[in-house]
Amino acid sequence: MRHIISILIENESGALSRVAGLFSARGYNIESLTVAPTEDPSLSRMTLVTRGSDDIIEQITKQLNKLIDVVKLIDLAESDHIERELMMVKIRTTEHTREEIRGIAAIFRGKIIDVTPTTYVVEMTGPSSKLDAFIAAIDGDTIIEVVRSGPTGISRGEKGLHL
Amino acid sequence: MELNGAQIVIQSLKDEGVEYIFGYPGGAVLHLYDAIFQQDDVKHILVRHEQGATHAADGYARATGKPGVVLVTSGPGATNAVTGIATAYMDSIPMVIISGQVPLPVIGSDAFQEVDMVGITRPCVKHNFLVKDVTKLAETIKKAFYVATTGRPGPVVVDVPKDITDPRIKVPYKYPKKVSIRSYNPALTGHKGQIKKAVDLLLTAQKPIIYAGGGVILGEGSKELIEFTRLLEFPITNTLMGLGAYPATDKQFVGMLGMHGTYEANMAMHDSDVIIAIGARFDDRVTGKLDEFCPHAQIIHIDVDPASISKTVKVAIPIVGEVKPVLEQMLEMIRESKKKPSKKALESWWKQIDQWRAVKCMEYDRNSRLIKPQYVIEQLYEVTKGEAYITSDVGQHQMWAAQYYPFDKPRHWINSGGLGTMGFGLPAAIGVKLAFPDSDVACVTGDGSIQMCIQELSTALQYNAPVKIINLNNSYLGMVRQWQEFTYESRYSHSYMDTIPDFVKLAEAYGHVGMRIDKPEEVRPALEEAFALKDRTVFLDILTDRTENVYPMIEAGKAHNDMTLRVAEGTSTDRELA
Ligand SMILES: Cc1cc2nc3c(=O)[nH]c(=O)nc-3n(C[C@H](O)[C@H](O)[C@H](O)COP(=O)(O)OP(=O)(O)OC[C@H]3O[C@@H](n4cnc5c(N)ncnc54)[C@H](O)[C@@H]3O)c2cc1C
Ligand SMILES: Cc1ncc(C[n+]2csc(CCOP(=O)(O)OP(=O)(O)O)c2C)c(N)n1
Ligand SMILES: [Mg+2]
Repeated sequence: MRHIISILIENESGALSRVAGLFSARGYNIESLTVAPTEDPSLSRMTLVTRGSDDIIEQITKQLNKLIDVVKLIDLAESDHIERELMMVKIRTTEHTREEIRGIAAIFRGKIIDVTPTTYVVEMTGPSSKLDAFIAAIDGDTIIEVVRSGPTGISRGEKGLHL
Repeated sequence: MELNGAQIVIQSLKDEGVEYIFGYPGGAVLHLYDAIFQQDDVKHILVRHEQGATHAADGYARATGKPGVVLVTSGPGATNAVTGIATAYMDSIPMVIISGQVPLPVIGSDAFQEVDMVGITRPCVKHNFLVKDVTKLAETIKKAFYVATTGRPGPVVVDVPKDITDPRIKVPYKYPKKVSIRSYNPALTGHKGQIKKAVDLLLTAQKPIIYAGGGVILGEGSKELIEFTRLLEFPITNTLMGLGAYPATDKQFVGMLGMHGTYEANMAMHDSDVIIAIGARFDDRVTGKLDEFCPHAQIIHIDVDPASISKTVKVAIPIVGEVKPVLEQMLEMIRESKKKPSKKALESWWKQIDQWRAVKCMEYDRNSRLIKPQYVIEQLYEVTKGEAYITSDVGQHQMWAAQYYPFDKPRHWINSGGLGTMGFGLPAAIGVKLAFPDSDVACVTGDGSIQMCIQELSTALQYNAPVKIINLNNSYLGMVRQWQEFTYESRYSHSYMDTIPDFVKLAEAYGHVGMRIDKPEEVRPALEEAFALKDRTVFLDILTDRTENVYPMIEAGKAHNDMTLRVAEGTSTDRELA
């Protein structure tokens, strides 16, 4: 199953490589990884998407917790949560296709954020599956570049990942 | 008090109560060595190779329970230490390694003798630090000791750039009495509800077994384990790392389990209905084929590291906590419980175990005209009255030492189990001897292994650490040869060394006593003579039966109840190689 693991980690040099190194050393897969500082400058927040059986995910969270730099983590997939990913897609356009692309982008609540005579850049956020669907809806031959942030997530309700 | 960085390191070690540093100098640590020169409290042991420093510190740590301390220079000094760091890591040994690093401003520029020590050691340390600020130096060292010695112990590297130890830069020094790390809070006691469940299960067991490992020794839980075992009257087995946690000469002890464990231990595991694993990690050498591991058993597992629990074998009742307090909690509950273990069930269980014991899986040919390695270990046991510290290297000799020297006390059996590092034995023995100068220390080794850190013979002389080296010389990388015999139709690819040094002369060249023994009747007198030479290192080069194999054995991919036993007749004398 797909899991989104959200990690609070000491904002120290090397902390990221401890996490990345753990995954490669133990043969766990990482689908995506995003990191950024938090409102507390001593902490970074990492969102990691991985796949595995329940046993593997259990080992992954245990091994992550074992890293001294990891302060706290939750597996978002275990409860109700919201997931968002940012994507920018550069699409080759012609007179005839512009209208259609704008239409599809609108359906997906995408924004056109850059325009040249021959291209659009569409910005879109949403769950990863929505972004996949948009890509599928566009003619693949016209896509010049896709940039995705990898998903980040937050749990619903009162619960939160903080100290 | 104002001190420079170099002085801070040494003063911190002093304040931490460190007795010995095992080290080797070089450019990046020259300031540190100058600070060492100017004091006498912390003694420095100059090894002959950095790998030796790590193993010596490791041996010291395993024998005393105190963290071992290592000091190496940057670059090659640091990389030479890596094997020993990984060795300590795999067996959860507390160790603090201070490595020199190139000055901060040149880090990353491929400076002379620069390696990314923090990067190289990341997968084989419990944690590591790169010190970037001299004012944080003392606190970082304190943290290193704190992390290394608490929870599941392990090695911690502190990488210290040369400019941090600059003698011209002085800062106020105060060694913190305590440190806390917000993200690091190892469990102590176990969860009450889980313990209650475990006790209930134990008291209803029909065919129970206690499977105790290195965690009991690391966590100083031997006394509680003995009480627990005697109270329940259950059979107990130890892992290779757990030997000595429970007295091996006691009648409830069924021997080591696993690949080269006893028939009775493995059969009892396989047939049991309740297993309590205490500070053991279900290593593949122990479990054999996982799908067929203990098919009837419900398992309770006590371990301080949650990641050890249900890693390879799913357990029914996990208990995260330290062996000692958890066993104390359990003992109390068992004593208070109205339920008692079923006498009848235990009686028939023991009867069954005695039948397995009657197989006498450890018998060997005692009438051989060749020296049997097992005989040497038995004699070693008698001559040292079972009280010596025994270190070993890796191979067949290691297994024979584990099988034929019954350890009654913890911390007396010192070997590399997890990484299986050849070269460990001699430097480890030196570390042990320095810790316990009045005790007998012997290193059981092989002709292959001893050559991997032989240079430390010189260290033993310089620091007056007289150890006895018991070289079970079979002219083979015996363990490799055994596997080749079993699984590669005796194609002995590169497991034979055509040239082996004259170990007697070699020992003498290093300033020690060397003896060669090639007849069974010489073994006992030679051992007696060696141990009588209290203040000399003695190298006993014992030419043993070259084709002897370690039995019993669970061959690769087989289950506990599928052991290969020694075939009684057709002894190896007949199969002697040309
Ligand atoms: C040639 C060779 C052959 C081998 N054959 C065998 C064999 O036949 N049988 C065998 O048993 N081994 C054998 N080994 C060793 C094997 O590879 C493992 O090293 C060993 O089985 C591990 O022992 P252990 O389970 O006791 O764990 P250890 O490595 O000692 O780990 C200790 C466990 O206890 C936990 N722990 C630590 N401190 C505490 C505490 N205070 N409280 C609670 N828990 C704690 C740790 O988290 C860890 O899970 C062999 C090795 C070699 C090199
Ligand atoms: C550093 C290292 N290299 C290789 C091995 C693989 N290995 C395991 S046992 C062994 C043979 C050891 O030979 P020896 O020391 O003579 O012991 P014996 O088995 O003959 O008793 C080897 C090569 C190892 N464990 N460690
Ligand atoms: Mg050999």
